[in-house]
Amino acid sequence: MPQVNLTVNGKAVTIEIEGRTLLVQLLREKLGLTGTHVGCDTSQCGACVVHMNGVSVKSCTVLAHQAEDADVTTIEGLASGADLHPMQAAFREHHGLQCGFCTPGMIMSAVDLVRRHPNPDEQTVRDELDGNLCRCTGYANIVKAVMAGAKAMAAN
Amino acid sequence: MNHQPSLTGIGASVRRTEDMRFIRGKGRYTDDIALAGQTYAYVLRSTHAHAAVRSIGTAAAKKAPGVLLVLTSADISTLGGLPCGWLIHNKDGSPMKEPKHPVLAEGKVRHVGDPVAVVVAETYAQARDAAELIDIDYTQIPAVVDMAKALNSPGIHEAAPNNVCFDWQLGDEAATNAAFSKAAHVTKLDLVNNRLAPNAIEPRCCIGDFNSATGEHTIYTSNQNPHVIRLLAGAFVLATPEHKIRVVAPDVGGGFGSKIYLYAEEIIVTVAAQKLGRPVKWNSDRSEAFLSDAQGRDHKTTAELALDKDGKFLGLRVNTLANMGAYLSTFSTAIPTYLHGTLLAGNYTTPAIYVNVKAVFTNTVPVDAYRGAGRPEATFLLERIIDLAAIETKRDPAELRRLNFIKPNQFPYQTPVALTYDTGNYDATLDMALKAADYKNFPARKTEAKKHGKLRGIGIATYIEACGIAPSNIMGALGARAGGYECGTIRVNPTGSVTVLTGSHSHGQGHETTFAQLVSDKLGIPFEQIEIVHGDTAKVPFGMGTYGSRSLAVGGSALVNAADKIIAKGKKIAAHMLEVSDQDLVFENGAFKVAGTDKQKTLGEVAFQAYVPHNFPLETLEPGLDETAYYDPKNFTYPAGCYICEVEIDPQTGVTKIVNFCAADDFGKIINPMIVEGQVQGGLAQGIGQALLEHCIYNEDGQLVTGSYMDYAMPRADDLPMYNVMLTDKPTPCTHNPLGVKGCGEAGAIGSPPAVINAVVNALSEYGITHIDMPATPQAVWRAIQNAKQ
Repeated sequence: MPQVNLTVNGKAVTIEIEGRTLLVQLLREKLGLTGTHVGCDTSQCGACVVHMNGVSVKSCTVLAHQAEDADVTTIEGLASGADLHPMQAAFREHHGLQCGFCTPGMIMSAVDLVRRHPNPDEQTVRDELDGNLCRCTGYANIVKAVMAGAKAMAAN
Repeated sequence: MNHQPSLTGIGASVRRTEDMRFIRGKGRYTDDIALAGQTYAYVLRSTHAHAAVRSIGTAAAKKAPGVLLVLTSADISTLGGLPCGWLIHNKDGSPMKEPKHPVLAEGKVRHVGDPVAVVVAETYAQARDAAELIDIDYTQIPAVVDMAKALNSPGIHEAAPNNVCFDWQLGDEAATNAAFSKAAHVTKLDLVNNRLAPNAIEPRCCIGDFNSATGEHTIYTSNQNPHVIRLLAGAFVLATPEHKIRVVAPDVGGGFGSKIYLYAEEIIVTVAAQKLGRPVKWNSDRSEAFLSDAQGRDHKTTAELALDKDGKFLGLRVNTLANMGAYLSTFSTAIPTYLHGTLLAGNYTTPAIYVNVKAVFTNTVPVDAYRGAGRPEATFLLERIIDLAAIETKRDPAELRRLNFIKPNQFPYQTPVALTYDTGNYDATLDMALKAADYKNFPARKTEAKKHGKLRGIGIATYIEACGIAPSNIMGALGARAGGYECGTIRVNPTGSVTVLTGSHSHGQGHETTFAQLVSDKLGIPFEQIEIVHGDTAKVPFGMGTYGSRSLAVGGSALVNAADKIIAKGKKIAAHMLEVSDQDLVFENGAFKVAGTDKQKTLGEVAFQAYVPHNFPLETLEPGLDETAYYDPKNFTYPAGCYICEVEIDPQTGVTKIVNFCAADDFGKIINPMIVEGQVQGGLAQGIGQALLEHCIYNEDGQLVTGSYMDYAMPRADDLPMYNVMLTDKPTPCTHNPLGVKGCGEAGAIGSPPAVINAVVNALSEYGITHIDMPATPQAVWRAIQNAKQ
């Protein structure tokens, strides 16, 4: 089987995997990073969003081999140590999650959203979260969390 | 609402305990579990809606790389069918038709997605690859999808000719007919309650694990009520005693009803794991979820409302066809009957009501409870026909409702459809919503919108909900094959921390926080020292799980009773320690105090003595401080409220935008306002989704054409508004549970669809449009406008 080399949450990974393996399968099944979830099969729900070289990608739609030499960050690697990333803290503070299944992808998308729009207004947040589905919250608290998280990220 | 960070007791918006793992990716959902030696099952499903299965060729699949096991119905012929949990009786008293729901198709498939065979392999990819080698010889049979057509088609089950499952009625038909005969006005409305896919974002997943040394099965499953699954799977399907089955429902990523039921896959992995001697995991992909998760709603109704000359409701007559799909899912039969017919009084004094429901089999995915479950269907028809009556009799829809409300001094109120409402104040929530929505100035906003070429509409809906199905003896009399109680155990540990075991199950509702607040308040123990345990039949006493907005009203009440038992026993222990009579002690702020003195023992001190009983009344009391209570409610709880939606429609495109949504709810006593508001918001989103976006569409051949997120319109962030969710300032606490709580999980999904559609119809009223079916998509709205213009 071919080998892939990448960095995941700051650690170098070298692993042999089938050519058809998706990045999300590598993360979940080979590396045990089960914080990244799979909620659909059409690249619509966004539960699988991770950062590849600092940019959000849907890891269900990236072959693991496409991540050769890439620097991948998952929800488990977002915060440093015991501290929460400001976006994680904002989701808790604003009750931006219920069942928690969409949450890792939602937070990873939100962090990348803020990178591109440092001070987003409500409509920008709603438009940018078009690729992340949540069935529990009705989004209002997610939108509030992302706007608050953006402010907290700017202040840090 | 602005949620102040504050203390941790009842009434505080405590930030959620469970969030700490979810936001860091440390949740543990079923698919996150990897057992040693785990194998993978792929379920091969029917591609036809209706066909005879002549043969299933599995030889090639069995030889494919990595394949360990292939199963068809012939391999599991000793198993029972998947049971239905509620026996409904026909008008004539005879029982409903209850055809077998096999785990794997037996000679016939009845919907696209019906499981036919299973392949278990070393990897999921190998199982899926091998399934492609299975050769099934189908002979197609014409499919029937439309309910009216099904009534005139050959039965898809031999046991149910003409596809009628049951023909049920409730209410006094003669009295209702008499009411209509003296009516000054009769409003009639045909409407559809569109079929929905629940779409919890976590797809269903289960793992079977068999311990050959003990003969014990463990089923890990994404489920809302693990004990119910254990009972149904063990007693009805596997013929295995319950002490040999452990069901674990760990973190579950949303349910909304769809994860209440016993599904074929839970049986498949259990049987396969025993046959192989290795764990077997099945994980649904989203396409499978569309074809195998029970769907919701799907009613066709004709409703008639009789009014007198003053606008008072005299009678309501309802005829409903309810789609069961191809098989009876676990609680399917209760939904259009006891959770629908009984809700038709709504918030009103209508003296005569009659409802007839025919349940129909079709070649579609089974239908069962989905958030609200029968109550949204009842509320939609009632709130739509009231609005239409208001138009026809030229009355203000708010005032027509108010005129017919049950007034606060009329409680307890016996409806003509079997329920007794304990308490309510419907005028209060109507007034609150009208004020928040600035109802009286709506005409000015309509005029302003018109200047910009937009159509404004405002829609009101009031709702009543019945939460926490109970009591068990009445349920039993009505055909339920389960009880309506809940269990709770409070275990005060020797060093004073507390472990709470609850039969309720959290799949997003935040029980780990709310229940801890409750116990903290009750026992005066710091919130942080309380751990909530749920979702494991090996840990928790027999519980009924979470559905029907029951967790706090029923499960929370069980915990109150368990806490009372802890306090009662603790008092006796403290009395012994303090050498006083337990009559002289009061329990407050976590300590047993001798009234009028400074003598006291904390609960922690008492607990230590309970487990290290050196100074303990051993002759009269057992050691330990661990109490269990089962709580069986005397009645449903009846949350109610009023929702007002304002929309703006672009007549050029048919696009509806919600510009304001105000919700005023009465849930009785509130434990955590932040969580309650979140529950309402989520319900509103699902209701708005039903009203404007979502629809399971089957073509004539029974193919689900909205079978993916590319086709089924899930509400996204840019489809939904900011909601103005308000809790009434005049709450009416439930009178029959110790907390005074009512339940808030489904209200949003119940009250919002009619509010939205009433607003859309109001906006379109200038075209003479008086009704539009859900979902009011841009295309549907645009077509309605074009048709009206012709």
